[in-house]
Amino acid sequence: MTTVSKNRSVLRSANVAWNWLRVNLLASPIQIILSMGALYVLYLIVSFVLRWAVLDAHWSGDSRQDCDGFGACWVFVKVRLPQFLYGFYPEAQRWRVNVALLVCSVTLLPLFARSLVRRLAWGLLAVSCYAAAAFVLLHGGIFDLPPVETHLWGGLMLTLVVSGVGILGSLPVGILLALGRRSDLPVIQALSVAFIEVVRGVPLVTLLFMASTMLPFFLPEGASPDKLIRALIGITLFAGANMAEVVRGGLQAIPKGQFEASAALGLGYWKTMGFVVLPQALRVVIPGILNTFISLLKDTTLVLIIGLFDLLGMVQAAATDPRWLGFALEGYVFAGLVFWVLCFSMSRVSMALERKLRFAKS
Amino acid sequence: MPVLAQTVLSCSLLPMVTDQGIQHSSDPLIQLIGVHKWYGDFHALKDIHLNVSEGERIVVCGPSGSGKSTLIRCINRLEQHQQGRIIVNKIELDDNLKHLEHIRREVGMVFQQFNLFPHLTVLDNLCLAPTSVRKISRALAEQQAMHYLEKVQIPDQAQKYPGQLSSGQQQRVAIARSLCMNPQIMLFDEPTSALDPEMIKEVLDVMIQLAQEGMTMIVVTHEMGFARTVADRVVFLDKGEVVEENTPDAFFGHPKSERTKLFLGQIL
Repeated sequence: MTTVSKNRSVLRSANVAWNWLRVNLLASPIQIILSMGALYVLYLIVSFVLRWAVLDAHWSGDSRQDCDGFGACWVFVKVRLPQFLYGFYPEAQRWRVNVALLVCSVTLLPLFARSLVRRLAWGLLAVSCYAAAAFVLLHGGIFDLPPVETHLWGGLMLTLVVSGVGILGSLPVGILLALGRRSDLPVIQALSVAFIEVVRGVPLVTLLFMASTMLPFFLPEGASPDKLIRALIGITLFAGANMAEVVRGGLQAIPKGQFEASAALGLGYWKTMGFVVLPQALRVVIPGILNTFISLLKDTTLVLIIGLFDLLGMVQAAATDPRWLGFALEGYVFAGLVFWVLCFSMSRVSMALERKLRFAKS
Repeated sequence: MPVLAQTVLSCSLLPMVTDQGIQHSSDPLIQLIGVHKWYGDFHALKDIHLNVSEGERIVVCGPSGSGKSTLIRCINRLEQHQQGRIIVNKIELDDNLKHLEHIRREVGMVFQQFNLFPHLTVLDNLCLAPTSVRKISRALAEQQAMHYLEKVQIPDQAQKYPGQLSSGQQQRVAIARSLCMNPQIMLFDEPTSALDPEMIKEVLDVMIQLAQEGMTMIVVTHEMGFARTVADRVVFLDKGEVVEENTPDAFFGHPKSERTKLFLGQIL
């Protein structure tokens, strides 16, 4: 491009920007006033937050003496970070948590295989391996790994374990319940509807509370399943019931002709569902499914009710430490940021998945 | 009057008047005996009697709402008949799932809306049923699929998705998909009604070729040219009952019932 045409294109883009400003922000006197007002408010907020969180913040040190004055005390977060991440997990064994996380990330790779069936098969294999490996690593007791009881698990690690299990479990549970609800067999339909409506109608807090306090009454004397297991079951069933309705919406969106063509070809019920209907139905409701997953991730904070300390629980506990009184805000901001990063990543994955799975439409 | 004699003559000559002089076995391939169907209170099919022999090509026509689609959908139990008997290839159509399985393997169906699986490529569409129902290997299924794609003249579209094809191509893929199960009987439910006019011919050509190869076909259609060229019998349905049934020449040349004449006057 010659200098003249380069200058011209610069002028053109400047023109475009000025036009946009004129049309959208400066069209009339009232708009000008409002725009100026909004910009001023924005400036106030952003400058304040920037000063508090970054410019005047205290980053280095290891006790509250290092946090004097106005800015945020990130020293608090830094000092307590291991607890926020690992909970009460013994320090010497923390490498096992890191390895377990690595194993999980690796076993998620099959999700990018080509065909759906292959993906499901590998995914199932991956999930079982992940579950086994993670459990062995985290709990220990075999392979000379000293056992670490589940009440010592906490922080971000616990959040990931609970939400990971919940996410992996809720999808199959939800699919089965949705199919059951649409079934022609009266007993199965009645059971599915009953389960979905009862579990959905009760707050998760109540479910967790009941699971932790009332379950021992229903079980034989002495049998007291691990607190974490109870929480996992409760959360998985709750998310599964919600997922069932999302999946059912997707199933209703599939035209009857697909079922008919499949039946006419001789494919039975399960083959029709597995090869024809569910691949299309799940694709259609990816936003709904990921939405349920994101809600699930945030709902894991409720395990505090039953005495398990996830990330938020650890932050709350740390905030009551007399050595760090007054710096609770930094802890909560940190927790909020971590949750936001996790949820935002999931929503980006959702959009990438949608784009990847979109097949050529007529 | 000659009309009565003609009816008797055509009925008795019927078994012998098929192309290539195929002798039909004494047991027809499809038998509908006194079939009734209700949708709630609406009497959709009234006392249908129909016999289809092997290698016969039947065209079913009639005004809309006459029950033509319902009739052929009863044959592979996409609709359930409430009274009467339907026997396909010596297997009775009832609540027995095993019977249904056997029947559906031998009866292929082509729909008005194509009903291809949009999330699978054309090749996958064709290979799905043979690999999972007839349990043949993927390689063999692919070989067979390419053979049928060549037969319907679109072998180069194998890796495309249905959404990328024209409507005529989609319907031909649908025909190939049914053929991959090697059925004995093919049912066509208004296969060209949803097509753009310039694509109707390509689909009809495929169907004519199938007919000439001896496939037993029941076709619900408004394409009377096809009926005249290929059909052994034309069945006229109105308000759920068989009004007239005859060879194409007799049907179009000398329709007997007033309702038939009215219908023919409207469409020809």
